[in-house]
Amino acid sequence: MSTSASRRRRLPLTAGAGIAAVALVLAGCSGSPEGTATPDEPVELRMTVWTADETQLGLFQEIADEYVAENPELVSKVTFEPIPFDDYTTTLTTQLAGGNAPDLGWILESYAPEFVSSGALYDITGTLQDHEGYEYDDLLDSSLALWQQDDKLFAYPFSNSPFAVFVNTDQIAAAGQPNPADLVASGDWTFDAARDISAASAATSGKQGLVVRDFDYKVWENLATIWSSFGASPWSEDGASCTLTDPEMVDAMTWIHDAIFVDGAMPEPGVTADFFAGDAAMTITQISRASALDDSFGWDVVPLPDGPEGRQNVIGQAGIGVFANAENPGVAADFLAFFTEPENAEKLAAYFPPPRESLLNAETLAAGNPRLTEEQLQAVVVDGIQDAVTKPAHPNFAKIQDTVRAQLDALWTADADVESVLGSTCETIAPLLEG
Amino acid sequence: MTSSAVLAAADTAERKGRPARPRRSAATRQDWIVGYTMVAPVVLGAVAFVIVPLVAVLWFSLHDWNVLANTFVFSGIDNYERMLADPGLRDSLLASLWFSIGLVVLNVTLALFLAVLLNQKLPGTTTFRTFFFSPVVVSLVAWTIVWSFLLQSDGGINGFLATVGIEGPNWLRNDVTAMLAVIVVQVFKNVGLNLILFLAALQGVPEEIGEAARIDGAGAWRRFRSITLPMISPTILLVMILTIVGSLEVFAQIAVLTGGGPGNSTTVLVYYLYQQAFRFNDFGYASAIAVLMFLIVLVLTLVQWQTRKRWVFNEN
Repeated sequence: MSTSASRRRRLPLTAGAGIAAVALVLAGCSGSPEGTATPDEPVELRMTVWTADETQLGLFQEIADEYVAENPELVSKVTFEPIPFDDYTTTLTTQLAGGNAPDLGWILESYAPEFVSSGALYDITGTLQDHEGYEYDDLLDSSLALWQQDDKLFAYPFSNSPFAVFVNTDQIAAAGQPNPADLVASGDWTFDAARDISAASAATSGKQGLVVRDFDYKVWENLATIWSSFGASPWSEDGASCTLTDPEMVDAMTWIHDAIFVDGAMPEPGVTADFFAGDAAMTITQISRASALDDSFGWDVVPLPDGPEGRQNVIGQAGIGVFANAENPGVAADFLAFFTEPENAEKLAAYFPPPRESLLNAETLAAGNPRLTEEQLQAVVVDGIQDAVTKPAHPNFAKIQDTVRAQLDALWTADADVESVLGSTCETIAPLLEG
Repeated sequence: MTSSAVLAAADTAERKGRPARPRRSAATRQDWIVGYTMVAPVVLGAVAFVIVPLVAVLWFSLHDWNVLANTFVFSGIDNYERMLADPGLRDSLLASLWFSIGLVVLNVTLALFLAVLLNQKLPGTTTFRTFFFSPVVVSLVAWTIVWSFLLQSDGGINGFLATVGIEGPNWLRNDVTAMLAVIVVQVFKNVGLNLILFLAALQGVPEEIGEAARIDGAGAWRRFRSITLPMISPTILLVMILTIVGSLEVFAQIAVLTGGGPGNSTTVLVYYLYQQAFRFNDFGYASAIAVLMFLIVLVLTLVQWQTRKRWVFNEN
């Protein structure tokens, strides 16, 4: 980057920071945009995360302290900055706008293409491959796909958490419905069966049936856990054309609409139901939510049901990226290599299913998931990651997410015409998909 | 300079046909320094946090600035041209208009009505004043979150309606009721502030004027319309300006209650600005919207200020 270009780019950052606070101006004016692997003096690193779990933060700090002890000439301190999940990406981009970029940060899979294609992230391929004992080839290609561009890796997919179905076995038994685990064993665990069991349980208990957690008629991309097994997706593989009007998607959305408004198997808009508080018979959510369970009711966890196209495993991913605009991206990348090398990846696997093939086994994962049996971990986590698809992601995801949310609001009424709403949604997002 | 020298200078000036200019004494200069030192923090604060951001936003609005892509390219008036063709902006302006009309009408009317009621010399008025003012000091986000639970389809409002045999709507999932809900939540939050302003104004109306009118045979409504309203009209002007400007700044209520939905029915201008800047990382376009919003607030305030001569007591 030329000096003038560098200055031109830094101008808005510095000015923006001035608006926020004089301190931010000072921060925004310092540092080298290119970074260096060997700074003149030890630097401090900062990583933004969305977990506030003290145990997880303690583990991160423990690994970071080891790195500082081994590399005192490079890094003097590593700080982990928790940001609430709901505002995470917004807060992160605001920090970038204010010239206050963290050195490293977690990135949600939906925004991966946008972060990767925009140039916001530092290329970490060489640093990881050259790190002693890293075993780069152990990383699953399928896990890396979302975070690569032109064979370069821009973030490490530290968490690959499969979606599964948590079941309140007490409510289902009280409704005289079959146990989902038995249906899994007999090969009859389908979305239709889940809908029927949920509707019957809701009618008997007066509570709710099947809850797609965090959907809440806003986070529509979580419905991928249902429509994927119908063979549907919201846009083509290259992201350029809308496929919401494909017959598979129309079938899937009709199924969801009927489950809500005809069968009463899913809560209607404006109704809140927390499975973990005992408000619902089943919930589709990530396996990491198991920590929210207590013994107030009988529960089980089973894989996603089969749809018309069989079972399609779905995972939510999170990556750790190094920000290109940070002061010392080279040092931050070196820390990331240490943070995710095999030995530390195994420690992190206690909470975050790793992208390393050698660690994807029930024994390793059991260490951090005492509430789940090895059989459950094998069936739901290990098998759930195989051939899985991630939730929808796109380089223009933020705009598409809001636009689709607004369009789909018309679908969430009892008399909605599913095909018509999806057609209108496709028309609206077509220009956004083309970029 | 001695006093005789000052007199001599005055004489000289007088002879030249111009008035003598008083010279600044040492004590005046000290006052000058102290005075400006005292106001310096406020002036510096205004420059740093008002003037500089205003100029910066204007500058940003002339650029294509995507913070994620790290692009900052001068684009002239492109963002303003884009605004003209943006249906989302048009919808948000319309939503803001409905919100402002609803808020101003409901808030000012209710505040005035309550102020008149609570201006009576009756037992318990102090308690009611406290009751209506207390939401003003409650955290806005906490207040809105509580209301979001009350307004759910299985929430407290519909639960109450059910007890009297009415099936309430799904308030936040319908275009009309969602906007109404946001307005009502905002009215209940801030009506207490306007109520206090009106109360202060009502207590400044001389009782003898109303008493004289009563003796002349004027009824209660006539006394209110012809005496009280004109005499509190300066406060009505103040409340109108504050409420209209405040209505254009509504954000947290939208973010918590509706997220701009259903559809885009509650995406008011400031929420649209937030979306462009912080969700879509399009800071240049968001800055242009901010400039538009500034101009709207400026024009509305000036218009109200100019029209005061027609209806505000003693302003003509």
